[in-house]
Amino acid sequence: MELKKRNPIVNWIIKSKVLGILFFVVIGALSVYKLGQALLDNPPLFLQQVVNGLQLGFVYALIALGYTMIYGIVRLINFAHGDVFMVGAFTSFYAISRFNLHLWFVSLFPGVPLFAGQLIGTITVIMFSMVICALLAFTIERIAYKPLRNAPRISALITAIGISFFLEYFSALKFVFTSNYITYKRPFEVRTWFAGPGGFGIIETGIAPPKGSIIFSNIFIIIVITSIFLLFLLQYIVRRTKIGKAMRTVAYDKPTARLMGINVDAVISITFALGAALAGAAGVLYSIAFSQVFFFMGITPGLKAFVAAVLGGIGSIPGAFIGALIMGQAETLSAAYISTPMRDAIAFSILIIVLLVRPKGIMGEITSEKV
Amino acid sequence: MKRFKSSTLLFVLSAVAVFAVIQILMSLGILNSFWNTILRLAGVMAIVSLGLNLIYGFNGQFSLGQFGFYAIGAYTAADITYRWTQLHNALGLTIILAVGLLVGVAILLVSRVVNKMHGLDTLSAFAMYLAGVLVAAFVAVRLGTLAATPVTALLASLPQNIALTIVFLIAVLLGGLIAAEVSFLFGLPIFTLGSDYFGIATLGFTIIIKVLLDNSDTMLGFEEMKGARGMIGIPKITTWFWVFFFLFFTIVVIRNLLNSSYGRAIVSIREDETAATSMGINVAYYKNITFVIGSLFAGLAGGLYAHINGFLHPNTFSFIKSFDPLIIVVFGGLGSITGTVAASFGWALVLEGVLRLILPEGFETWRFVVYPVLLLVMMLLKPQGLFGSFEIPFIRAVIPSLKKKDQAAEITSPKEAA
Repeated sequence: MELKKRNPIVNWIIKSKVLGILFFVVIGALSVYKLGQALLDNPPLFLQQVVNGLQLGFVYALIALGYTMIYGIVRLINFAHGDVFMVGAFTSFYAISRFNLHLWFVSLFPGVPLFAGQLIGTITVIMFSMVICALLAFTIERIAYKPLRNAPRISALITAIGISFFLEYFSALKFVFTSNYITYKRPFEVRTWFAGPGGFGIIETGIAPPKGSIIFSNIFIIIVITSIFLLFLLQYIVRRTKIGKAMRTVAYDKPTARLMGINVDAVISITFALGAALAGAAGVLYSIAFSQVFFFMGITPGLKAFVAAVLGGIGSIPGAFIGALIMGQAETLSAAYISTPMRDAIAFSILIIVLLVRPKGIMGEITSEKV
Repeated sequence: MKRFKSSTLLFVLSAVAVFAVIQILMSLGILNSFWNTILRLAGVMAIVSLGLNLIYGFNGQFSLGQFGFYAIGAYTAADITYRWTQLHNALGLTIILAVGLLVGVAILLVSRVVNKMHGLDTLSAFAMYLAGVLVAAFVAVRLGTLAATPVTALLASLPQNIALTIVFLIAVLLGGLIAAEVSFLFGLPIFTLGSDYFGIATLGFTIIIKVLLDNSDTMLGFEEMKGARGMIGIPKITTWFWVFFFLFFTIVVIRNLLNSSYGRAIVSIREDETAATSMGINVAYYKNITFVIGSLFAGLAGGLYAHINGFLHPNTFSFIKSFDPLIIVVFGGLGSITGTVAASFGWALVLEGVLRLILPEGFETWRFVVYPVLLLVMMLLKPQGLFGSFEIPFIRAVIPSLKKKDQAAEITSPKEAA
């Protein structure tokens, strides 16, 4: 009707959405050009950044899984999650430097090879942190979130912010973790390898690796393997076990789940504990990678992981993983090629742009189940 | 009608009385400069929170971007007065004035074009606005540079005090205007997002602004802002009078806005978006206008804030701090103007004043341990906020009939089904 009266050019502009598409094409072309140029200029450097980004991305993925599970089940943006991550890092710090937890196997069985002893020690430290974080999150959930289950959603959000403040500033007290940057002692010795056209081998101290090769360390391997293992474990729990089924049901419809005889409160508590356990593991891995712990350390990774969860489609486990890998890459690549201080801004710009194109996130609509 | 008038009179009289009492106490020295500063900060925070309450409490949009606009207002205003007092030129004033006005004109012009193209998708509209704004800003910078010299001469011919006050007022108003324009541009594409996603996008906005301010000297080229080192040398000219004046102005504007057909449309969107649409309310338009007005107040408050301490640091506008207005609004009761004002003053007085005084020596760091515990207890005992939907008679007389049920639950629950 009205369309016929219009100027044909205007009509075409409206119908083909050309301006909006053009807008994104320009932004996309610019970034692709920038990355492509970087790749052509110095391929090993680019690949090195990708490797570093993977390492970061896998850590973010572990945190993001907690965000996405908790949001999926109670629709709460759990701002305290990043601080649970920080507690996990500090737990492992004390376990290692005060109680030498990473050495228990070696001291019990002096004969075992160093490699096996360190591996078992590291795994113990990670598991210890996971348990502590799970207990912490369980307590937080019972004290702070459960009484608010039927209150307006914003009250729970404010409570989450309050818990986050509490964990941060309580940790900063002198007799807790203090407000200093603390150097973190790794539970194993760092080995680095190089790989590239110059061959493959261990980097000895004092000898530079051949030009054009990529360097990676056992930190990278441990992070990747732990994260992938925990991801599959989580997928198994959610898909194949009874508790996972209960979680999916609760996420889908709480009143019906209750009618079906599911203890909704218990399921929610377990979800919080599971998410926190993953955050605890992430805390250990993150501090192993960066060798430093700090009472505010949870904020930035927490935020990035949260962005990753939203990017991937909040409520979706594979989505959180993909989103986290994208965030890791975005962070290292923008730090390397665009500007280090701007990397947080770039991460959030990506988020906003993705939300504009796909408001439910990358995997948001594909997976209908939300846990 | 009689009741309405008497309540207005009562409100104005009590406002004047409150102002006078505090002013007298200050000039007598009973309230020392410590409390003076806290009161001014509380007033500024009340303006920011009132803006957020309009956006979230009355319109139901979960926004975490209020501190981003606060930061924009603060730095814009600070830049103008800094250039006037430290560099003795009106370059900042003229350029920002030109940018503010021309961008406003550009937005209005583009919106006329966009309105004619029914059915244009949001991103195309956004691209058009962006192009218009960029052209306008480019022209404005040229014009502003040209106008700088004569305006400097004109202002210099006035007595110093008056010139400074004029520059300060224009700076504060421009802070609000620029914040409003940015909020219009930013809000335009993201209004299509659902409630939580809107919150996340606005949170992202706050963080982007903070990062930009951290690098304002290197990336943006504003050397006087000094990036992450913090901007110093801003004149300390925000008096209790100005804070009170702007707070009063904000309350009256929001009250009258809610009394108008705009206000009824705004509240109807919060109550039920679908029903509002079917009653012929242009939801996107009203959401956008609410967001812009709310951000305008954030910008104004930012301008006032910048001139309290004479020091600005990007960390003031960091992620953690950006929850303050949200906490205040929820504390006071969503959709309660009285509650928001009371909560801001209570918040600032307790957190900055009382807790600092009562905690023994060496326990200052406990302030932020006590604060979350208070927050937690408060939320557990009274999730609807201190005042719920209570209003003083002046405001209550005009606010569109609110639902009797718990409003806060009403705001958030409809989205939950999705």
